[in-house]
Amino acid sequence: MDRFSWSNGLLEINETLVIQQRGIRLYDGDDKAKLDSGVALLSTHRLIWRDVKNHECCIAMPLSQIVFFEEQAAGIGKSAKIIIHLHATPANKETGPYQHSKYSFIKLSFKEHGQIEFHRRLTEEMTQKRWESTPASQPIPTATGSQTGRTRAVGIVGIERKIEEKRKETDKNISEAFEDLSKLMVKAKEMVELSRSIANKIKDKQGNITEDETIRFKSYLLSMGIADPVTRETHGSGTHYHMQLAKQLGDMLQVPLEERGGMMALTEVYCLVNRARGMELLSPEDLVNACKVFESLKLPLSGVMVVQLQSHSEEEMISSALDNVSDKGSLTAEEFAKLLGLSVLLSKERLLLAEKMGHLCTDDSVEGLRFYPNLF
Amino acid sequence: MANTATSLSSCGAPAVHFNRSSENLAAAPPAKQKAKYKERGNVLAEDQIVQMSKQLETFKSNLEEFASKHKQEIRKNSQFRVQFQEMCSTIGVDPLASGKGFWSEMLGVGDFYYELGVQIIEVCLALKHRNGGLITLDELHHRVLKGRGKYAQDVSQDDLMRAIKKLKVMGNGFGMIPVGGSYLVQSVPAELNMDHTVVLQLAEKKGYVTVSEIKDSLKWEKERACHVLDHLLKEGLAWLDSQAAEEAQYWLPALFAELTSRDVTPEEANQMTP
Repeated sequence: MDRFSWSNGLLEINETLVIQQRGIRLYDGDDKAKLDSGVALLSTHRLIWRDVKNHECCIAMPLSQIVFFEEQAAGIGKSAKIIIHLHATPANKETGPYQHSKYSFIKLSFKEHGQIEFHRRLTEEMTQKRWESTPASQPIPTATGSQTGRTRAVGIVGIERKIEEKRKETDKNISEAFEDLSKLMVKAKEMVELSRSIANKIKDKQGNITEDETIRFKSYLLSMGIADPVTRETHGSGTHYHMQLAKQLGDMLQVPLEERGGMMALTEVYCLVNRARGMELLSPEDLVNACKVFESLKLPLSGVMVVQLQSHSEEEMISSALDNVSDKGSLTAEEFAKLLGLSVLLSKERLLLAEKMGHLCTDDSVEGLRFYPNLF
Repeated sequence: MANTATSLSSCGAPAVHFNRSSENLAAAPPAKQKAKYKERGNVLAEDQIVQMSKQLETFKSNLEEFASKHKQEIRKNSQFRVQFQEMCSTIGVDPLASGKGFWSEMLGVGDFYYELGVQIIEVCLALKHRNGGLITLDELHHRVLKGRGKYAQDVSQDDLMRAIKKLKVMGNGFGMIPVGGSYLVQSVPAELNMDHTVVLQLAEKKGYVTVSEIKDSLKWEKERACHVLDHLLKEGLAWLDSQAAEEAQYWLPALFAELTSRDVTPEEANQMTP
């Protein structure tokens, strides 16, 4: 923290504000600094911090002081932080809040979040190093400055004031939104607890809960986005919604599947279906659950999930793969993919499956994997 | 009738001891049985389900009201989205689990993230021939924003990460590897263990790595370093520059994206692989 100097916080002529974030607490190394609640401003040239209560308490540090920085994830009761490692203090540094520090790093603690964007922008600025190409003009003189100095300062203060007002307005909207959101969450939490109580009873088989009631319960869980480990065991992940969806998908995917050799990766299906829908898109889980209804979901070797046409049995696919490979002598996954109109990923899966069954063997080199008929 | 035989267990569920009184209880017609349970202040699951249905209706209208006032906030403000997600996660709710969920339908959060998922998959697929299915979060962010166009709403990296988390449900090897302060996004099911990850992290600073650097920094033997590098080559995640001045350099296209001046077409990429 001894790299910071006192500042009036006003931007200089060639200096631009990049991002600002409230709710920042500063750390001198691992120790909490007294500067515990303020706004951090990142400009093209400096990192500035201003106390939220006492606006006169404002410090700044040139970005050139920064060696590198890293994120520290939030923990229980701990905010996310950015740790900034610094060069040694330059000899001509102006006085600041700390005369001396045993640490060569500081931390910014993001009590009101915003660390992701701040980190991103800081990364950009540290990469571009705009302060090197557009040196800021002489620092604005303080109280004893010249007339022109003061005029310049006023202009910039006006702009900063506008930014501040806009931020206050946005903040007000957000506070209101947050309050309403918090109230909503309290009600949602009640529902979660109620659903847990019901789930426990179902698990312990207390009372007479009908099939119908269980299915209704599952649809309530779906609406609220509450996970359902209990009834999933007995009733699967499907609800009426998923069964409907499965039928729709079955119709929709028939032709595309045939065009692609009978198999499509689930991510392909996801894109195809959602692009077609345009609105009211399916979640990945919706898709997985709908496919499970049809039992058309397969999980081949490497964890790639695929949707498969019913008409394509595994034996058929393997024997036809063997034929293809034998015809050509040998095939790589890319060549096989071109032959069948499959994606490379899926063609590799099919060939690997055939290998597993003992029909093919492989030559594994840096140039890739080549499949040969197994003559052993 | 003696009802001393039945008692409430500590969790509030009735624990019926088997004795004569309970036989009487069991023999009573169902309606009376229900009534007796209710008397003891214990609610049956069926009744709770009815209660939940009512509460759900109320909640739905509360959410509608919230949406009418604040839907824009969620749309425009990525910070608010983060807070919203974290609050949901704290109470045990996943607003993105289903497109049919209330959150998705009324706040539009679903469509936002599911569409983002599609855009992420498409970007990864388009670049796979060049980087083997590994891309920095920064580059992914940059390209997704570009693809969305000037007038689309802003997307933060937090948004991307949440969308990617959802994509994992579909298998296909989506994952995020922490590297140099940010992440690499993996979109193919290439097996990457700790050794591979550590080498990727080492390569992050310059975009490439050599066997000597691995030996020096990580203190591995040559075989281990070569084994890992060969795997990365095979998976298409690394390119070999055997003409480098001192020693062969293994470049990771995922990492040097910013340095290339133009995109490589699939045909060119094929010519470049060893």
